[in-house]
Amino acid sequence: MLSDLTLEKLRILTESAKYDVSCSSSGTVRKGKQGMVGNTVGGIGICHSFADDGRCISLLKIMLTNYCMYDCAYCVNRRSNDIKRATLSVSELEEITIEFYRRNYIEGLFLSSGVVRNPDYTMERLTAIVRDLRLVHRFNGYIHLKAIPGASQELLSEAGRYADRMSVNIEIPREESLKLLAPEKDHRSVFQPMKLIQQGVIENKEDRQRYRHAPRFVPAGQSTQMIVGATKDSDRDILTMSSMLYNQPSMRRVYYSGYVSVNTFDSRLPVLKQPPLVRENRLYQADWLLRFYHFKVEEIVDDMHPNLDLDIDPKLSWALRHPEAFPVDINTADYEMLLRVPGIGNKSAWLIANSRRFNRLTSFDLKKMGVVMKKAKYFITCHELASAFDQTSVIGINELRPERLRPLLITNEQKKLAEAEKQLSFDFEP
Amino acid sequence: MISYTFDNTLDGLLTAVFEAFALHEQPEQLLSAGDQIPLFCDRNYQVVTDEEKAGRVWKGLEKRLPKEVIRMLYVSWLSELPELNNALFHYICKVFRQPEGAPGIERNFADPDVLAVTNIARKVLHEQLRMKQFIRFQKAKDGTYLAVVAPDHNVLPLITDHFRDRFNDQPWLIYDAKRHYGYYYEGSGVPARITFADESAITFSLSDGRLDDDVLSSEDHLLQELWRTYFKAICIRERMNPRKQLNDMPRRYWKYITEKQEPRRNS
Ligand code: SF4
Repeated sequence: MLSDLTLEKLRILTESAKYDVSCSSSGTVRKGKQGMVGNTVGGIGICHSFADDGRCISLLKIMLTNYCMYDCAYCVNRRSNDIKRATLSVSELEEITIEFYRRNYIEGLFLSSGVVRNPDYTMERLTAIVRDLRLVHRFNGYIHLKAIPGASQELLSEAGRYADRMSVNIEIPREESLKLLAPEKDHRSVFQPMKLIQQGVIENKEDRQRYRHAPRFVPAGQSTQMIVGATKDSDRDILTMSSMLYNQPSMRRVYYSGYVSVNTFDSRLPVLKQPPLVRENRLYQADWLLRFYHFKVEEIVDDMHPNLDLDIDPKLSWALRHPEAFPVDINTADYEMLLRVPGIGNKSAWLIANSRRFNRLTSFDLKKMGVVMKKAKYFITCHELASAFDQTSVIGINELRPERLRPLLITNEQKKLAEAEKQLSFDFEP
Repeated sequence: MISYTFDNTLDGLLTAVFEAFALHEQPEQLLSAGDQIPLFCDRNYQVVTDEEKAGRVWKGLEKRLPKEVIRMLYVSWLSELPELNNALFHYICKVFRQPEGAPGIERNFADPDVLAVTNIARKVLHEQLRMKQFIRFQKAKDGTYLAVVAPDHNVLPLITDHFRDRFNDQPWLIYDAKRHYGYYYEGSGVPARITFADESAITFSLSDGRLDDDVLSSEDHLLQELWRTYFKAICIRERMNPRKQLNDMPRRYWKYITEKQEPRRNS
């Protein structure tokens, strides 16, 4: 039964869970079923609300308990932290989930837990909850379950039959950095459960080819998260890890979480007045380029540029380093090349590719299709931009040179944000 | 210049297309009933809505356009935007004027009418998504779940399937306070369109969507409080970003959103 006491527990366990940035309810399309509550809509899922920090609220993101026997330095719930602890009862947690869901507050549940007693004990309790939700409460909405590293294969396999998505967080891309901050963890402890989930997905695929009704195993695949700015790991370290992870077919999303100074007393960690949000955003943009724009990691970061440019987005940054690839002729260029033009996104590239078969497109058309001409004009030719008689024709990247073009494309606001963030990192000399 | 005037219904617009072809002319302007007739207009023709003619035009469209595009046209109509009328009218005329075998005009986004209708349809789809996001139910004592909304476009017809599929075992009512109608789902069957003969007698408020205290289920107070608590706790204060919040959840939706409402005074 829910009571006023539940309020305080819910508050504590939400505060403890909120630094895991994964929120999406994506990846599964499952129609409603008679006698069950819920469905999942696929695509990018549904965000039901936006918190005051602007982050999407899609799932009830909560921990079963925030007691933990480990002492990972970057985590607010580490054993040595003096915070309020609480544990929800299984029935409380189930009831909140269902009742929130029925009111259209959420798409489902994102459940994690601190480790109590041992990994198997903890994983067993998480598994019991998702099993109950599906079998007793007939819950057909989205479930994201965080796997406890070190839990047995049997438990992971069972949990995976009820969860839509499972995740294990890498947190720190370089193993030495991880070991420094979380002596009880190493990469093996993270990759092991990832591998088990991956195996489960593959076996399930085979089963389903043989028996059409074999229950699905984590149909929305797995995700993971890396913390940004808690260690000296470079963007190159991070993105190399991401692209390696995306090579596993079951890995759907890598999240980046700008480090929030939750533990100010630990000298292994930087004291940041603010999380590195610009950097985090640049990483998401780079991730986007990897997944949807056919970029390779080496094109985004390399020996010379191990970190992303804070002033400008990684696509623009690539373009400025590769003037030889421009100008791109809007009316003839490959789709992939259209996508590489700064100021042209997926949507406008699609509109262009469709429309140019009818007539040669002009800059006027492009503007109406949503191309950001302020940026794009330096990188393209189109119908009238190519004409020698045109009074308004612009000077392109090659005439202007990248170094003179660059400052023209940075807004004051971007500059200010980036400056403030560069300032932040000065405080960190471990 | 020739203009037509129609009665602001979809059938009326389709009839206008029919007449344009019957009369072998292409009016430049489609006006809504009550619109001022432009000064430099040589002739204005009053379209008399005719379901049969409209039906023939729609069938013709279905023959010429892919299914998604037909749906997109219907979706654009739900926008209720005055600027849609001319664009949609011309779009449809162009579809019929196209020579046989020419590449489909529906993919030429350099055409101003095609682009305008497509963009308007996008807006409507965005609004229906917002309803799927922001609708908040309260549970009444009799077990019915109620949500009040006031969407920018007339999107209720686009979302009932979603809510029936998702909440197929609970009776619900979603009510559009702006357009004064709703859909009621009994807990089985198909959601039915309903209106209230006397809106002043209903047991919920149209201005904030709240159920009256005496019909609200007893557990709802606590659940709403739990949700508000969750909403506050999930925010990371070091990352405050009200601008993004407003962008993704504009203020005009707040009045019906539980987590943005003040708690009730405990009754
Ligand atoms: S095991 Fe998880 S909950 Fe426990 S301290 Fe480490 S990161 Fe935090």
